[in-house]
Amino acid sequence: MTVYLLCFILFSVGLYCMLRKRNIIKIIVGIIIAEYATNLFFILVAYRREGRSPIYSPDQTIVNMVDALPQAVVLTAIVIGLASTALLVALAIRIYDKYGTFDITRIRELRG
Amino acid sequence: MIELYILLIFMIVGAIIAVEVKDLLSSVVAVGAVGLGLSMTFLILKAPDVAITQLVVELLALIILIRATIKRDLPFSTSGRWYVNTFITGAFIFMFVLLGLICLKDLPPFGYPLMRVASTYLREGLAKTGATNLVASVILDYRAFDTLGEATILFTAVIGVLAVVRRQGRKGEDEIVDEDDD
Amino acid sequence: MSKEHQPGMSLIVRTITRLTVGLIVLYGIYIVSHGHVSPGGGFAGGVIIALSFVHLMLAYGKDLALQKLPKGVSSFFESMGAILFLSLALLGFTGGYFFLNFISKGQPFRLFSAGIIPLANIAISLKVGAGLFAIFIALVILKFESEK
Repeated sequence: MTVYLLCFILFSVGLYCMLRKRNIIKIIVGIIIAEYATNLFFILVAYRREGRSPIYSPDQTIVNMVDALPQAVVLTAIVIGLASTALLVALAIRIYDKYGTFDITRIRELRG
Repeated sequence: MIELYILLIFMIVGAIIAVEVKDLLSSVVAVGAVGLGLSMTFLILKAPDVAITQLVVELLALIILIRATIKRDLPFSTSGRWYVNTFITGAFIFMFVLLGLICLKDLPPFGYPLMRVASTYLREGLAKTGATNLVASVILDYRAFDTLGEATILFTAVIGVLAVVRRQGRKGEDEIVDEDDD
Repeated sequence: MSKEHQPGMSLIVRTITRLTVGLIVLYGIYIVSHGHVSPGGGFAGGVIIALSFVHLMLAYGKDLALQKLPKGVSSFFESMGAILFLSLALLGFTGGYFFLNFISKGQPFRLFSAGIIPLANIAISLKVGAGLFAIFIALVILKFESEK
């Protein structure tokens, strides 16, 4: 159970960064850390004691494998996380071009 | 599983450094260190497919982040009412973790997953699909709709980035028409 | 950083890039084509192939790299990957349902086994690699334009 608690603490570090920081790049860093924690939680649920990876080898003797379904889900989730990070960075560059700053409190003042 | 705990604590310390450091480049490098620790954790949890994908995808995310923000570093200071805001955020996160721990008691203990659906895939995967990599047979044969949805999401993200980046109006005075307009 | 006005990076980086870019592309193709036998698959292999082109572009500067790789190529390959994946799915209609595995499964551990899984891996790698390379081009070219 301590493993799940540590995973939750990693997620809450990312959540704190998303809520509290004023720089847009720091908010994006917080979103990335929260995504890492979510993917880690899936793979932690799928672990089996004394298991091996779900890939057959020609000379194997034991057939005790870890859960293969969350691994397939996380595989696509990682690439989707990269796509959304790239979209956020493109938006951040656009905001800098229009307002001249990365500070979110000053963006609300200068209505261009 | 002592190495699992060591890697998790390394990731938490790296994340705290990434959040608190004032220089933007240093915090992006710290996120890279967290991603590397995560890839090693995936390898320890017996998931080699996911570890390879996490390593190369995090590399590309780092390149995009550094390349796009390297010249725009603006230092600024914090505003007033700092203590009240931090206290409220801290209380919210503390309650979030507490409620999460109450829900965690319903999960099966670490190391004994339920595996109702996955046991069928593991037993008959080789006979029905002929692939020895069972994760590949799950994403491309049993659950191929999800892969189709992921391809659609990637397509939409590329269109979104190209739409955001595009300059408005092509008839500027001395506009260099050197952009991606596909 | 005054290095933005000279094309690319220093001589050491350019020499090493010339030696290793071909090996990186070959490694990516290996991971894609053996996706059903060893860990890897279409997603990781596609990202590795895109990373090799990003490496070329970072080392030689954007003008020279855009001469070698015209801009329409990446969008063409991405569309080709999506159309190939969808046509593999629709061809399953001849046998029964959507996404049916209609090519015969050979013996395990060989390269030509497991029905449509290797072909679907190639289609996914084309799509992911070309899409991520297009995102990288868009973000890098816009940065140079707004700095003038």
